[in-house]
Amino acid sequence: MWSSRSHGQRIAALTVIGTAIVLPLVVFVLGPHMPPGKGTPVASSQVTDNTVLLVVMTPFTMFILAYLAYALVVFRAPKGEEIVDGAPMRGHFKSQVAWLATTTAAVLFLAIFGTTELLADNGAGGGGGPNPVAKPSGAVFPVQVIAQQWEFTYRYPTYGGVETATLVLPAGRQIAFHVTSLDAIHSFWAYQLGVKADANPGVDNVAYVRTKNPSTFQIRCAELCGLWHGYMSDTGRVVSAADFATWIAARRRQFAPSMKYLPKYAPSYAPDPTFRAG
Amino acid sequence: MKLRRLIGFNLLTAVVLGVVGFYVGWWLGHLVKAESIEYFDDTGQNDIALFVAYFTGVVGFLVGLGFANYPVQRLLGKPPSLREKETAGIGRYFGLCTDHKVVGIQYLIGIGAFIFIGGLNAMLIRFELLRPTHLAWNGNNYLTLVGLHGTMMMGMMTSGILGPFANYFVPLMIGARRMAFPRIEALTFWLLMAAGTILMTALAFGGFPTGWTGYAPLSEQSNMGVDAYIAFFALVGLSMMLLGLNMLVTVITMRAPGLSWSRLPIFVWGTITTSVLMVLAAPVLVSTLFMLALDRTAQTSFFNVQAGGSPYLYENLFWIFGHPEVYVLALPGMGIVLEILPVFARKPLWGYRLAVTGMVGIMLLSFLVWQHHLFVSGINGDLRPFYMLSTELISLPTGFIFVCALGTLWAGRIRLTVPMLFALAWIFNFLVGGLSGVFLSDVPSDVTTHGSFFSMAHFHYTIMGGLLFAFFGAIYYWVPKMTGFELNERLGKIHFWVMFIAFNSTFGPLLVIGFLGMPRRVVTYAGYLQGANEWVSISAFVLGASMLVFLVNLVWTQVFVRTPAAANPWGSKSIEFQLPSPVPVHNFDRIPTFGPDPYPYGGIEGTRPVVVPARPTA
Ligand SMILES: [Cu+2]
Repeated sequence: MWSSRSHGQRIAALTVIGTAIVLPLVVFVLGPHMPPGKGTPVASSQVTDNTVLLVVMTPFTMFILAYLAYALVVFRAPKGEEIVDGAPMRGHFKSQVAWLATTTAAVLFLAIFGTTELLADNGAGGGGGPNPVAKPSGAVFPVQVIAQQWEFTYRYPTYGGVETATLVLPAGRQIAFHVTSLDAIHSFWAYQLGVKADANPGVDNVAYVRTKNPSTFQIRCAELCGLWHGYMSDTGRVVSAADFATWIAARRRQFAPSMKYLPKYAPSYAPDPTFRAG
Repeated sequence: MKLRRLIGFNLLTAVVLGVVGFYVGWWLGHLVKAESIEYFDDTGQNDIALFVAYFTGVVGFLVGLGFANYPVQRLLGKPPSLREKETAGIGRYFGLCTDHKVVGIQYLIGIGAFIFIGGLNAMLIRFELLRPTHLAWNGNNYLTLVGLHGTMMMGMMTSGILGPFANYFVPLMIGARRMAFPRIEALTFWLLMAAGTILMTALAFGGFPTGWTGYAPLSEQSNMGVDAYIAFFALVGLSMMLLGLNMLVTVITMRAPGLSWSRLPIFVWGTITTSVLMVLAAPVLVSTLFMLALDRTAQTSFFNVQAGGSPYLYENLFWIFGHPEVYVLALPGMGIVLEILPVFARKPLWGYRLAVTGMVGIMLLSFLVWQHHLFVSGINGDLRPFYMLSTELISLPTGFIFVCALGTLWAGRIRLTVPMLFALAWIFNFLVGGLSGVFLSDVPSDVTTHGSFFSMAHFHYTIMGGLLFAFFGAIYYWVPKMTGFELNERLGKIHFWVMFIAFNSTFGPLLVIGFLGMPRRVVTYAGYLQGANEWVSISAFVLGASMLVFLVNLVWTQVFVRTPAAANPWGSKSIEFQLPSPVPVHNFDRIPTFGPDPYPYGGIEGTRPVVVPARPTA
């Protein structure tokens, strides 16, 4: 029917056309809706990251889909044809090298890009252990997240170590979450902030994020931690500096009588003795 | 003779001895209970008794099957009875049989049954998720369903393709009459059957809330159902090791003269690379679970923080096994797809050496990526760029497999038979699976997707969309050869299209739901996700219904209609299709010789194989 060359040209044309149509859609329509939204600079750069991944994938996806579609239409055996063999082709060195070169370039680009983003964003909102390699410069606002079965409590070491059941953060500050656990492994996931850090007993897992404007954000436990894992969720708030000052002062007054029963603030706490629970 | 058959060594005696063994062990375990097991009196739990009971139960089961006969008879200096080498009759499917073809069919049915149970669990999970709040199961039952589904599928699908198809076809493909260790081959199957039964007993001990990963310290606090999980996975690990070892030795030592490595069918390469992973990764699993069991019984503290242990240790050990494990689930599928595509594109496998390189590359790289499961765990932030790179590098050898699959279609004469449809669907599904994996490999993106429905949908695309589609492709391609009876093509096509559409309609939206912030393994979720979850659940029920179409097809054609299958219905040039259907007991009259190309479609380079077919048995 057609020569190898013209098959190749047609598939290439389909790939180019498909990419030309899909790529703008990915960048301008899908991209802005990629998770986790633009709640914080870290979250925004995750959105960018997700969009870049989609952009890199698009031409490969279009090529494979175009190829499959083309093959299924053009390389089909006519209905009712006796079984006839195709031409015995056992490989094509040039196209194999071309494939290897393009995929290698894409993979190296992604790895380098991801690493740059990771370091530039001080861990990109992910938990980086007790002493993360990339730290924000300047003052940080520490908040301790203490996970236990099946709730989070939050401790503010710069405010006398007061412990609260809700998470409230001042706007426009560089936050350092110190995530730890009292029992099983949990994971502190603040979706709109673009933060996720596992809570391990005995470990101080630090994640950085700079807050923006006053807003609310969803918190869920993202690591299976037992019976009520599915109910381990919370709503946090980012509020203005003034509102935060009022709020934290009220909490310090409210919890003053019970503060003496709390352990001294520490990177982690001795977990409860292992107990048996569902 | 009839009576002797009934009370001889078979499944019936095995079950009886297994149950007796279990209760003897249970009783023994309660004898050795010490006051020092602090929690025993408080809770009525006795993990020691349960572990002993599982052990003696499995031993009883295996003795009942006759696994002790050969060593005991040799020990006593008596000639071994040849019961396990019986060559005819339905009875040999219900006991220890050393014919690799019988074991293959046993695997297909046995594993298929457990996978079906795993699928039913998934239906029950999706039922609960029809509503954002509590609907049908309480928290513990829901998590037990999640755990049973994940563990059953992971455990059984590891041998999902190697068990039935490699056991049956690898000896044929390499021109051998048996596996290197036929009794071990049978043992791997029966260990899995014991394991699957044990996992189901978790229900009797309160279930287990840990999912298939069994992370400590959650698994150390939890009730006795976790012991079932440990026993199950340890037996699966043992079975994997032995299966992999057996395959490796068989392929290395028992190839027919002239069958050099570069002449092996690609499915054999898929089997070898999988086997290497099994042999090297499964021991890590078994040791990890052994440590977990010791923590739970003997009060050691490998993973117990208060006494100096570390949950990170469990996570790392688990994924050092767990990541090779997911390639144990991927490589056989690749082997099957690359085996099926040439037959129905009527082309030689395009880039044979590239495909082999891809498989070996995946095999090697899969040991270097495990910490991508721990990107946000905080274990060592400095290592994240390395694991990001190594994980993304795996897409290179995986890309080889894709380009070989696509190249094989080039200028072919494609016939859309049922196996071919499944193979082509594999390309699509695995593409989605691979691309979604890129998000998880990229740390900034993983911060959102880790532990969400996105990662769950991703690995369902690779394992269900990849392995299970390849599994069904292999079934439609090979089962007529194995049983000698045709499968119905029309039902097969209905099964395919319903399954393909429902699969994508289930897991495609789940990728989005994960992006929108729904974590895995939760019984409640945000209200605005209800519509999407209802869509997914209904799609999942349709997906489940497609399996019923398959079951009807299988039972109807293989039990009732029984149309004899032609020796080579596909015009395949692979050696097994040059033999009668079903393959005779001794495989070949004479060991065949092999030409230079395993896929001589379109002629040239010698025709292969030059087979001296066996006489058909009556
Ligand atoms: Cu939790």
